[in-house]
Amino acid sequence: MASAYTQSFAIEGKDFSRAGAASTEIKSILKSLGINAVVVRRVAIAAYEAEMNVVMYAARATLTCWITPEVVRLCVQDEGPGIADVNLAMQEGWSTATHEMREMGFGAGMGLPNIKRNADEFSIRTEVGKGTRLDIVVHIN
Amino acid sequence: MLTPTEICELLSCTVYSPAGRLPDVTIRFGCASDLMSDVLAFSRAGAVLLTGLVTIQTIQTAYIAEIGAVVFVRGKRPSEEVIALAREKGVPVMATPYSMYESCGLLCGKGLPSTMERVPADRHPA
Repeated sequence: MASAYTQSFAIEGKDFSRAGAASTEIKSILKSLGINAVVVRRVAIAAYEAEMNVVMYAARATLTCWITPEVVRLCVQDEGPGIADVNLAMQEGWSTATHEMREMGFGAGMGLPNIKRNADEFSIRTEVGKGTRLDIVVHIN
Repeated sequence: MLTPTEICELLSCTVYSPAGRLPDVTIRFGCASDLMSDVLAFSRAGAVLLTGLVTIQTIQTAYIAEIGAVVFVRGKRPSEEVIALAREKGVPVMATPYSMYESCGLLCGKGLPSTMERVPADRHPA
């Protein structure tokens, strides 16, 4: 594998028809690089949860993926409403999802906790009215 | 443990995978949910997913979570768009006339365990 690989993906808010496109491409890239299947699944789930959060709540975002021999790093920077109470948002079951989001099987308040569960390192920075940035690291070994 | 073909026969499924073929793999667990959030949080790679949610996001979730086979319950038919995505992603898809409850019962009766652990007593409301 090359020493580092970087790719960025644009995610549009409310575009449910393309929701998951970035995450599934990241998963395909990781598989093609021969990365351990457990690591691939953890990264894919974290990326997909983050992507769905952008589609459901934000106007748009950039998801950047860095892959080195040691780690997979994801950064999701969105333009959106931000999160007023991060501690509440990190609790399983807490959600501000609409009926439409729930009809698609999402918005159960599992997204952010599940990203944290699948990450080795996780941080969230948010500003109400401006947006949210997630940094996610999964160790390969 | 069951193969997708055994699950197909047990649940009298219609197969939507290419050429009606199912992969020769072993399914060790089952999960049943219409909540894709729960599938992402609590499923295991290679499990069979029973769901009544027949959408593109079901297939995306199954691909991301490495679900071994998807079974749409209660006679729900996937759209051509859903079938096409499942084929593109290599997700085996079937549909059963049985309800979610009956489907789970039949698979449990064959000894297929749940991917989701029971909630500990201290987290269960009294």
